[in-house]
Amino acid sequence: MSEAQPETDARGIAEDARARVRFEEEVLGLSDQVYRVARRLVSTREEAEDLVQETYARAFRSWRSYTPGTNLRAWLFRILTNLNIDRGRREQRSPSTQPLEEGDYFLYNRLEADGGSDDEARIVERLSQDEIVHALAEVPHDFRDVIVLVDIGDFTYQDAAQILDIPIGTVMSRLHRGRRILKKELAEASVGDSG
Amino acid sequence: MVYMGPDPCAKCEEMLQPFLDRELSEDEYAIAEAHLDECGYCRKRYTFEETLRRYVRQAVVEEMPPELKQKLAALRTPL
Repeated sequence: MSEAQPETDARGIAEDARARVRFEEEVLGLSDQVYRVARRLVSTREEAEDLVQETYARAFRSWRSYTPGTNLRAWLFRILTNLNIDRGRREQRSPSTQPLEEGDYFLYNRLEADGGSDDEARIVERLSQDEIVHALAEVPHDFRDVIVLVDIGDFTYQDAAQILDIPIGTVMSRLHRGRRILKKELAEASVGDSG
Repeated sequence: MVYMGPDPCAKCEEMLQPFLDRELSEDEYAIAEAHLDECGYCRKRYTFEETLRRYVRQAVVEEMPPELKQKLAALRTPL
């Protein structure tokens, strides 16, 4: 045994501690993005706060499972989406009820038919923030997860596929269908408004 | 002129999302663009879709409560 051993160990421990601090700082730097996505994966602010705290507790605990140099955001969001699934939110809608969606022009056609301005840039302003938030919450979770990751979290399809552990083709088809479901919900909400 | 089938607007509607997501092949992209150049009906709906995506994103973003940030920092490993 070399006499230098305790010193090497001490250096190793110090390096390990520094790496851990760096890791925790980087992960904390992503918290705004994590909250924004979490908030739309669940129904209430309280649930989102719990989910984010659980995500961070687990991320800090399992930091050694992260491989430095790989995609930290994707690693962290994978914890988030897995925890969300574990929380049993899957009960909220049976997977056998597949919602019907309309075509991609459906919402515009409905808003235009509703009268008023047909200015394509202004017509969107007829939808209120509440209507949009509510319509997104109505999109079944499998579709909503992808919309939230790609359209709000700014993840690439590749990253979304990795996070949700599904093929990239499934990400694309769920995203496209999900957006059409969202537009159908919005059309129903806006038409409901005008009575 | 590139032929888009018996109902070019229906074909264009199908291409809307992959067009905006830049998933179309070069040929498909050219086909869609040629149609959009001459079809105000589809152009309006494409512009609407782009605006809608931005609008939805703004509407659903909710910022994190500051207390939560402090709670997360408190979960860090003590030095």
